[in-house]
Amino acid sequence: MIPFRLTIAAGLAVMALAGPAFGAGDRIKPPAETWSFSGPFGRFDQAQLQRGFKVVKEVCASCHSMNLIRFRNLSQPGGPGFTASQVAALAQTYQIKDGPNDAGEMFERPGRAADAFPAPFPNEQAARAASGGAFPPDLSVLAKARTYERGFPWFVFDIFTQYQEQGPDYITALLRGYTEPPAGHAPLLPGQYFNTYMPGHLIAMPQPLNDGQVEYPKGPDGKPQVPETVAQYAKDVSAFLVWTAEPHLEARKRIGMQVMLFLIIFAGLLYYTKKKVWSRLPEHASSH
Amino acid sequence: MSGHSTYQPKTGIERWLDARLPIVRLMHDSAVSYPVPRNLNYLWTFGGILMFMLVAQIVTGIILVMHYTPHASMAFNSVEHIMRDVNYGWLLRYLHSNGASMFFVAVYIHIFRGLYYGSYKAPREVLWILGVVIFLLMMATAFMGYVLPWGQMSFWGATVITNLFSALPVIGETIVTFLWGGYSVDNPTLNRFFSLHYLLPFMIFGVVILHVWALHHVGQNNPTGVEVKNVAKDTVPFTPYATIKDLFGMVCFIFVFAYFVFYQPNFMGHADNYIPANPAATPAHIVPEWYFLPFYAILRAIPDKLGGVLAMGAAIVVLAFLPWIDTSKIKSMTYRPIARQFFWAFLVVCIALGYLGAMPAEGGYVIASQIFTVLYFGYFVALALIGIFERPRPLPASIADSVLENIKSGSGARLGAATASEPNAKG
Repeated sequence: MIPFRLTIAAGLAVMALAGPAFGAGDRIKPPAETWSFSGPFGRFDQAQLQRGFKVVKEVCASCHSMNLIRFRNLSQPGGPGFTASQVAALAQTYQIKDGPNDAGEMFERPGRAADAFPAPFPNEQAARAASGGAFPPDLSVLAKARTYERGFPWFVFDIFTQYQEQGPDYITALLRGYTEPPAGHAPLLPGQYFNTYMPGHLIAMPQPLNDGQVEYPKGPDGKPQVPETVAQYAKDVSAFLVWTAEPHLEARKRIGMQVMLFLIIFAGLLYYTKKKVWSRLPEHASSH
Repeated sequence: MSGHSTYQPKTGIERWLDARLPIVRLMHDSAVSYPVPRNLNYLWTFGGILMFMLVAQIVTGIILVMHYTPHASMAFNSVEHIMRDVNYGWLLRYLHSNGASMFFVAVYIHIFRGLYYGSYKAPREVLWILGVVIFLLMMATAFMGYVLPWGQMSFWGATVITNLFSALPVIGETIVTFLWGGYSVDNPTLNRFFSLHYLLPFMIFGVVILHVWALHHVGQNNPTGVEVKNVAKDTVPFTPYATIKDLFGMVCFIFVFAYFVFYQPNFMGHADNYIPANPAATPAHIVPEWYFLPFYAILRAIPDKLGGVLAMGAAIVVLAFLPWIDTSKIKSMTYRPIARQFFWAFLVVCIALGYLGAMPAEGGYVIASQIFTVLYFGYFVALALIGIFERPRPLPASIADSVLENIKSGSGARLGAATASEPNAKG
């Protein structure tokens, strides 16, 4: 047993040393939010997606593109649940460049449901020129493209808890994470902002959201149904970005449950068939 | 073990075909009457599981190709098009990407089963070497497949790994230029990786046929490592015994596979690969897929680039020489009290190397990688030495004897208990 025990001990020592070091550095882990779409039965909250879209449309979209989203996606099943006529009306409020026409000229026309969500800048250079040299990333798959290290042993537990919302947790925390730099911090250069959750803390995006900035739907009493605060905006935007990144999430989880149930029953039937077949052999005859 | 064919053509058509192309006889001999040791455990179902995974990867891959565009400026968006607009495209793509990981889960279990039960020893050396060849082809295929979505990790992974070849003296730079199709990773690289990613699975399929042929010629090893002496007593026919058992094992494996596909589809990937490839921005940590991590750790453990590449290559190639490195005549570790401890230690070493491969190459991680790299190769030295002085436990006289012994000892008690409750069980 000596080599085995020694190696186990060495292996555990590596893990123990590495564990704390993993979370070290200047990255602060974002707090875990509760999401309606987490877990095996997770579904999007349609009202939340609609609010998130409103924030994106009125705030984020002035700098960020969302190239992979088409207006028609907003009315497809498993999404924000806008109606087809709402989507058509929304698309018409945008002018889309099209062409060339029969005269060989490009022209502008009102948007249609099949059009992609128009980008705020014609190209990366234009975006950088207007954003102090930084390039605002495309929002389409951002919620899957951002994460933070879970570290050992959490990443093992995540398999069983199905925690996979690192992206929206991080985006929510980032949108709420603007503060003054701590005392003793090097002075910020123009176009630099301090954010608790940004790796390295320096971010080129100024604080995008402020309390009361976006008007939310009102309840019967004339008050907004959810608070018009940065914290709420941040969560709603993050939820919306999870949908844009994974538009078939609801179908995936629903079909998944059907598949898992089928496999459990099928495996059970196979197990007893196997037992029956093998019971012909004397060494396996115990059950018959 | 191939032996005498028991196939009896029953109809006129079967007799007619059998006299011209005995393909039904071949299938009957290899999948119905083929004798398998009666004492195989569930670790032996992973061969069948791997065959299933290979076919599943080829089928999902062929359909994905119908919607994918292998061009540097369009590949990323075409994968997203599959995820969004193709009917069940998200399912196909997640099956394929998680399928690659599950393929490696299965192959690593398969390899460690072979290591534990000495399945590489005579007369199975060629069978084992063919397995190492399949493993190498799998690694090449998986690596090239990971490049195709053309995300940040695709691009930078391809850059790092192809650059390794530049460490080779004289021909290194030429090889790298040839792999890239130019002077950096770019569209020609993507095109040739796509082409090869489509080709290699069929080469794997070819070697798998040889692997199965060799297996059916020498017969399966078994947990005792004692060869079949009496086909009637030691074996059972493949159908129905192995067929139903493999099917049950396979469905259990598919359950785990489906769990990841439907509930944790991005668990084994990297978030950075959802950022389109950008040659101007290097990710903070360039990490290969999890199944390459132990070898990646060995690569980075050696301070010299060429040395690292050679050590990494040696870590895989050394497996092919295992039949001649291991000096013990005893196959199964069950009967090798000393070697068995080293086997479990080796498993821990491989997992530790995998963990270190995911860590940044700095400070204590490098030192730990170096220690575990020495331990990795130490296993092979140990196997060469242990066989000389180790006193193995007595082997059962035959497979049938070992099975009978099990009835008498362990499962005998269970037998008694089952008999006691018989009146209720029998209807």
